[in-house]
Amino acid sequence: MKTPLTELEFTEPERYEQYEGPFYHFELSRREFIATLGAGLVISVATPSAFAQRAGRGAEQAASLAQRLHIGVDGVVTVLTSKVEVGQGSRTQLTQAAAGELHVAIERLRLVMGDTAGPDDGGTAGSATTPRSVPAIRKACAATRQLLLDTAATAFTVEAGNLSVRDGKVEGLPPGKQFSYADLASERHAEALKQNVAPGVAIKEVAAWHVLGTSVPCVNGVEIVTGAHRYPSDIVRPGMVYGKVLRPASYGAKLEEIDLGPAKATPDVIAVRDGDFVGFTAPTSFAAEQARNAAAKTAKWTSPANVSSDELHTHLRAKASGRSRPEKRGNADEAFQNAAKVLRETYNIAYIQHAPMEPRAAVAEWNGDQLTVWTGSQQPARVRQDLAQSLRIPTERVRVIVPDTGGGFGGKHSGEAAVEAARLAREARQPVSVRWSREEEFTWAYFRPAGVIDVAGGLDAKGGLMAWEHVNFNSGSSAIASPYQIPNVTTEFKDCEQPLRSGSYRALASTANVFARESFMDELAAATDADPLEFRLRHLTNERLRNVLLAATERFGWHGAWKKNSSRQTTGIGLACGIEKGSFAACCAKIEVNTDGTFKVLKVVEAFECGAIQNPANLKAQVEGCIIMGLGGALTEETRFKNGAMLNASFRSYRVPRFKDVPEIETVLVNRPDLPSVGAGETPIIGIAPAIANALFHAAQSRIRSLPIRNESFWYA
Amino acid sequence: MNLTAQFEVNGREQRVSTDAKRTLLDVLREDLGLTGTKFGCGEGQCRACTVLIDGKAVQACQTTMDEVDGRKIETIEGLANAGKLHPVQEAFIAEGAMQCGYCVPGMVMATVGLFRRNPKPTAAEITAGLNGNLCRCCGYVNVLKAVQRAAQIRKEGR
Ligand code: FES
Ligand code: FES
Repeated sequence: MKTPLTELEFTEPERYEQYEGPFYHFELSRREFIATLGAGLVISVATPSAFAQRAGRGAEQAASLAQRLHIGVDGVVTVLTSKVEVGQGSRTQLTQAAAGELHVAIERLRLVMGDTAGPDDGGTAGSATTPRSVPAIRKACAATRQLLLDTAATAFTVEAGNLSVRDGKVEGLPPGKQFSYADLASERHAEALKQNVAPGVAIKEVAAWHVLGTSVPCVNGVEIVTGAHRYPSDIVRPGMVYGKVLRPASYGAKLEEIDLGPAKATPDVIAVRDGDFVGFTAPTSFAAEQARNAAAKTAKWTSPANVSSDELHTHLRAKASGRSRPEKRGNADEAFQNAAKVLRETYNIAYIQHAPMEPRAAVAEWNGDQLTVWTGSQQPARVRQDLAQSLRIPTERVRVIVPDTGGGFGGKHSGEAAVEAARLAREARQPVSVRWSREEEFTWAYFRPAGVIDVAGGLDAKGGLMAWEHVNFNSGSSAIASPYQIPNVTTEFKDCEQPLRSGSYRALASTANVFARESFMDELAAATDADPLEFRLRHLTNERLRNVLLAATERFGWHGAWKKNSSRQTTGIGLACGIEKGSFAACCAKIEVNTDGTFKVLKVVEAFECGAIQNPANLKAQVEGCIIMGLGGALTEETRFKNGAMLNASFRSYRVPRFKDVPEIETVLVNRPDLPSVGAGETPIIGIAPAIANALFHAAQSRIRSLPIRNESFWYA
Repeated sequence: MNLTAQFEVNGREQRVSTDAKRTLLDVLREDLGLTGTKFGCGEGQCRACTVLIDGKAVQACQTTMDEVDGRKIETIEGLANAGKLHPVQEAFIAEGAMQCGYCVPGMVMATVGLFRRNPKPTAAEITAGLNGNLCRCCGYVNVLKAVQRAAQIRKEGR
């Protein structure tokens, strides 16, 4: 029985977009307890900020134009979105989206991002900005342009159909007449902006794009290169002090006692203990740290037993929950029994850290009972909720603002620093800045989950794949469905009790699932003496995936370069491909092995397709970034821990890619103007690790079954 | 222990009385309001905090206040001249050498420092010279292009 896979299966939502709730459970004072009970009343008297009134407070969906954009009397248009910029290029892309429909120059547009006082388009995750927010913003902007035309037509009694907009001004008006977005901003037309965005509003076909589809450079590039852009850790508020938080001695350690007396006696230092939370503020971060470190010496902890990274994979398998149900197609059990050849292997995946260049940071400021927090997060609305919940105040009294942030990679979905800063600021009665150290980021942020993956394949007498089994312990379900045509398939994701906090990552589980699947496809190809490319193509009907695979191998020169090796060679080539979040990636890698077992990646070619390309230069940069970040997870990155403590919580011992690690890179961007655009900041990472592991096998016939890549005979040096 | 250090930042005299063991990075950011220099690790491992001291690229997080008296310090804020970007800044923009951009001030300052030390670096010298500057967005390809572009412009004396 053959059931073709539909594309829907490939775009299933992340089932493991795991979210860790607030860190702290602050204790309730009696006064706060009463305030909580009376929350309803409090909400009704809370006054939203002027900004919030303009923007439409707590808008769940940006339904009206006024919630989505503001037009200044100078004609400058401000577009609002809850999406954030963490390096993926969304600020520029969304500005392009707006400019292209409004017919306004990029320089005349402002984008207010990640402010909970604006409309809620959801968080920045799952590569959703391109497929969802770009169309939403384009529709609002197209409707606004139509409104401008209709208003001008009425004002000058002309046919709207004869008018057009260019550079923010209406063209086709009677001689001597002018009308522009600035006129729409006047009081007279304010009512008009309150209309809702009609669901059927037409946006431009790809063929008519003149701003989208072009390589608009980063819109705030000058602020970035001059150091003028203020990241969350650069925010300064009047009277601001700096906060430091005491961290547990080990994972899960309980604070038994601590002496805060000396800190409390130090001038300008404030020390707070609230349940498990202990924090300090001082006029400089140095003084706050000194106060914290001195107090830490007096702390007594009880530490629970903890699993170490050496025993991690056995632990995960032993601690799998029994709740999951396998997904089945055909009858894999029977097919394995009838197969001419069956292979079974296990792949181990390490925990890794996102390690964004900017560690978590937040500034919190109380104004009476109103709280404003500037922080780096991919989820402003969730952080707002975390703050409300942990401080026990109504959500309406909290505003979260996310300045463009120094990196996320799925690692900033939570709001720890925000909650810490807010708690300290309440005590200090001054704005407080909390900036995590690198060690804190490496220890107390969350991780890409580690995993164990069992894969089995059954081949018929002609070397055709007839049975497949893929079981993932702990590392997640995305891209667990095989894109290959196999009649009998069982897949299962088992959640496990795990030692570290874990959550999203760039393409999350697909980095692990694609590594296992594509390595194993290579093992099957080798078992049948097939060319790994031919073996894949033979089982692949998905046109889009075939296209990128062919594009990558053609650019790489796979034909001619690949031949079956039976003895150890100094160089090898490998490939891998996959689908995630509706986009398609294929990679080829060339490696060189030294006689001592160390190896080097010489070259990577990647072909990538994500529908109609919206900004070619940014897309290329994202693909290159994914390739190099993928090298980290493939070659060196691994969080190691023992007795509840991190062993490598530093860039010294947790090695990330550097300039010297960059191989020769070529990208092939496959443009599909006939297909809807989807996100591109994540998927290009998925094929790197397996392509390298397969290249190592090609060179030396020794199989790699772990991430980071190493075994007895190979290691990256 | 407190001290008073007198030094120059971007051509302006500064006098700061503070704890001798505070880092230059903290003082630039917290006392002088110069937040363009970034904190990436505080342990000398990422060079997000690169500034020039007496013309040499140095990690501000590894420099304490007892080491800066009498020195000339240049930070990212002082690089553009009367609104005109420095050629290295221009090259970063021209090559799109920024994703989140957090590493960029450190990259730019390291590049300026490299050019002072080695006015005509080869591609290999550029890679070696910048190897300690981390970019977690991994935008290394465009950064290399930007630095090579700036180096080329210098060679041609434009
Ligand atoms: S912050 Fe100074 S080297 Fe990382
Ligand atoms: S651009 Fe984000 S760290 Fe370099």
